[in-house]
Amino acid sequence: MKPAAFEYFAPRTVEQAVDLLAQHGDQAKVLAGGQSLVPLMNMRLARPAVIVDINRVDGLEYIVAAPAVLRIGALTRQRAAERSRLVAERCPLLRDALRLVGHVQIRNRGTVAGSIAHADPAAELTAVLTALDGEVVARGPGGTRVIAASDLFVTYLTTSLDPREIITEVRFPALPPGTGWSWMEIARRHGDFALAGVGVVLALGGGVITEARIALTGVGPTPVRATSAERLLTGRAPSEGLWADAAEAVRAAVDPDGDIHASAEYRRHVAGVLVQRALCEALTRVREAA
Amino acid sequence: MGTRYVGARIARNEDPALLRGRGLFVDDVRLPGMVHAAVLRSPHARARIHGVDTRRARAVPGVLAVYTHADLGRLGAPLPKLIPHPSLIHHKTQCPLASDAVRYVGEPVALVVAESRYLAEDACDLIEVAYEPLPAVASVEEAVRPGSPLVHEDIGTNVCARYTQQTGDVDDAFARAPHRFRERFVVDRGAACPMETRGVVAPWDARTGLLEVWDSTQAPIPIRNGLAAMFGLLQHNVRVVAPDVGGGFGAKIMMFYPEEVLVPWAAMRLGRPVKWIEDRRESMVAMNQEREQIHDAEIAADGDGRILGVRTVFLYDSGAYIPYGLIVPIVASTTLPGPYRVPSYRCEFAAVFTNKTTVSPYRGAGRPHGVFVMERLLDRVARELGLDRAEVRRRNLIQPDQFPYDVGLIYQDNAPLRYDSGNYPLCLERALDLIDYAAWPARKQAARSEGRYVGCGVACYVEGTGIGPYEGCRITVEPSGKVVVATGVGTQGQGHMTSLAQIAADALGVTPRDVSVHTGDTALFNWGTGTFASRAATVAGNAVALAAQAVRERARRVAATLLEAPVEEIELAGGKASVRGVPARAVSLGELAVAANPLRFAMPADWDGPGLEAVRYFTPPQGAFSNGVHACIVEVDPETGMLSFHRYVVVHDCGRVINPTILEGQIHGGVAQGLGGAFWEKLAYDEQAQPLSTTFMDYLLPTAAEVPALEVAHVETPSPLNPLGIKGAGEAGVIPVAAAVAQAIEDALEPFGAHIAEAPLSPSRLRQLIAEGRRTP
Repeated sequence: MKPAAFEYFAPRTVEQAVDLLAQHGDQAKVLAGGQSLVPLMNMRLARPAVIVDINRVDGLEYIVAAPAVLRIGALTRQRAAERSRLVAERCPLLRDALRLVGHVQIRNRGTVAGSIAHADPAAELTAVLTALDGEVVARGPGGTRVIAASDLFVTYLTTSLDPREIITEVRFPALPPGTGWSWMEIARRHGDFALAGVGVVLALGGGVITEARIALTGVGPTPVRATSAERLLTGRAPSEGLWADAAEAVRAAVDPDGDIHASAEYRRHVAGVLVQRALCEALTRVREAA
Repeated sequence: MGTRYVGARIARNEDPALLRGRGLFVDDVRLPGMVHAAVLRSPHARARIHGVDTRRARAVPGVLAVYTHADLGRLGAPLPKLIPHPSLIHHKTQCPLASDAVRYVGEPVALVVAESRYLAEDACDLIEVAYEPLPAVASVEEAVRPGSPLVHEDIGTNVCARYTQQTGDVDDAFARAPHRFRERFVVDRGAACPMETRGVVAPWDARTGLLEVWDSTQAPIPIRNGLAAMFGLLQHNVRVVAPDVGGGFGAKIMMFYPEEVLVPWAAMRLGRPVKWIEDRRESMVAMNQEREQIHDAEIAADGDGRILGVRTVFLYDSGAYIPYGLIVPIVASTTLPGPYRVPSYRCEFAAVFTNKTTVSPYRGAGRPHGVFVMERLLDRVARELGLDRAEVRRRNLIQPDQFPYDVGLIYQDNAPLRYDSGNYPLCLERALDLIDYAAWPARKQAARSEGRYVGCGVACYVEGTGIGPYEGCRITVEPSGKVVVATGVGTQGQGHMTSLAQIAADALGVTPRDVSVHTGDTALFNWGTGTFASRAATVAGNAVALAAQAVRERARRVAATLLEAPVEEIELAGGKASVRGVPARAVSLGELAVAANPLRFAMPADWDGPGLEAVRYFTPPQGAFSNGVHACIVEVDPETGMLSFHRYVVVHDCGRVINPTILEGQIHGGVAQGLGGAFWEKLAYDEQAQPLSTTFMDYLLPTAAEVPALEVAHVETPSPLNPLGIKGAGEAGVIPVAAAVAQAIEDALEPFGAHIAEAPLSPSRLRQLIAEGRRTP
């Protein structure tokens, strides 16, 4: 389990990093926390010719609260975000999901942006970004662009980023006061990738649901937004029966794969169970806030 | 003198070094000029090899050699056959490097030696092997089907052994029995996964003709003897050291794994020390595995739930080769009757080749299978007859006055299976008390009324331990007064540096801190077999006791002369010998050691050798039998199939306890591995026998977050078979776990009618079993 030979660069600025990526294109991989890339390289499942290690790039480690959005720099470690007061106050869904990303040791090195760029559809953060309609900021040879979550995830381990682009920032919309949320997942062991996971955001007004956001992980080639269930919920008064209907809508909408850890049928079923439970918890939080 | 340290809960001698990272594991051995080996392994479960082209690999700068089967000469022959058995017709072992065929994914095909492991792996990538992939045998059931592909084509069958053991008139018992229940049980494959993988470092000195082999093995002495024979060297000129070993669990006792031969051989060819460290991905395919058995089992009982007979026919998956013979299925067969009176019993197995990694004993070594079958059958009896599960067990237990108890079978050591001692009812009652079994029905009902599904499981077992042939020990008192204990058994984390020191300390009147225990180095002690079958404490421990006793007697004789007192009046305590009742007339143990090794003067006629030193051997007449009961309370989320363990109780009797802390450590580790085998750890293979769980992301060892707090209680029924009265404890923790957990889950899911007949389970599988149960609460 030793990686194949590669060329290593440690740029000091984003510009240098982008130049290197422009030069080496899809021969290069960006190294941030390395929690997915390095094991893949050690097993020689990934053999990048060039590694662009951005850990020495200044100015990419930050969490900043803009009025309606939380901006997280590309080198911000997952553990830092998990322990951040800003994240807890403005985006508790992100904090709750972060707590279930791998183990503390992994989160100490792994970055928020890295997990999103890796685009593992079983990863928590991809679903959080999807649930919140977040965005990433990417820099490439042509300049800077903002990519919506809905346009980012293409399929397994694949994003719409150009190989010459690098994510510099991730933006999570803040939850308005009074909003309920819940992150729920089923993993074989503490710290494992979820067999299925769900992030829910719920807002009520006048006794009915004014906004419902549901995104799932582990049930398809990308994080899945359960739009049919969201439509079903919006405008209705919350009830156990409604949650069950939402769960059925989710089960009808997802198309998970089976593997050695769980059958497709199990994942579909549990996705619904989790949606039901997450809606219930989110509603409790709405009521606690009120 | 009374015992002081045996039985005491003292801290371990080995921990200060290990906790500070100052252990010496094989990978810590770094020698001048050392080069690194990597193994090219088969990616196919079954294939013919039409040729191996190593030219491109050899051309890589920094690569010293690329070896294939063609280079090995005489050494290319199949590796030694361990433990033959008359029923084992086809005793197939692998060649160190595959010649014209590969039979499992991971089988070694070539060995590369290079200046670094990186370069060695680069070169592996450049070796071109002309494989002709063939259909693989992926399961035991498929292997015995007519027309199945053959793992070894030359023998015309995949069945390498059939063996039957019987006691009593089973068929007659079944014919007359009022109740008979039949079940099919499947226990799937698992892996030992020691934290330290295998590894070998071998320096060869051509001038002295000395070969040194650092090997993460459980059996350094047999490895030395075998290597000397293979290489035509004097045993005296081969030193094998198993230094600190980070877990073995049976998987590190093979004699030989290919790398244990190839690495020293390469070192001798190249004149450079060679290091090979197994990486985790290799370990998941190239370290022996265990567990898969499929039992068709049947129990006959009377109306009171008393056992009249048990019979089982099972398939044992040996993997691609069967170096270790029939030990695992024989242990499974003979552990099955457990602590119960089984008046008639027949166990019939077929050992079957498949295109999977070779199987050899892993902690439990078939015992968990036997116990799973027996305990699940008793659960069935209880359910069908409307009896309490614990009561069915109680009615069938062997009673304390029935020892020694002859089971009527032949055990793995070829001796009759005879339980030496025990108090099975006491262990059961203690476990039931601890889990508060009397209150269980009410608590279960209370949980149900809250919509929760909680179950209780209780399972019993007997563990055969401490088998022969022998182990030995040399004890030397140094002039400093420190005591050196050298024994042949290796140690892999069991705490021998402490438990063996406790035994010596008591005999010599010193503290365990004064006793330095050395294991696993053939230069220090070169007679013995190894650490396996829960035998080190029992067999080596008693050798230590005998040697310490002999040194004690010599010390007393020397002291008697020096102190001018009769030998009967000499006492040893506090590192000194003194005259009874006159503590001032004393001489230190160190002074005695000096006096016993004079530089001048003639020795008396009855002199029996220099120094305070003795070598003794202990050979047990047969195994000593530990036993115990596990009880657990498990909640199942029927919507997700997830478990939470509320309580886990172990009542354990391994005779006299040497050190409760060490014993509990053994039990905790065993239960953790048992829980893995019950719910998490499954080696999955696809239909072409490709392994699918070759990383710790896919092979799910339970972690501290999954394993519940354990409550352990000890019962001590000393074994009459050895001076210390001890029995082994190495495997106790693992044995009944799957049985207890299955029972608890089935109890919890009773309203759904889910039936558990397999291990390991998973959330996904539990959901399926709930669906198959076809009941709704």
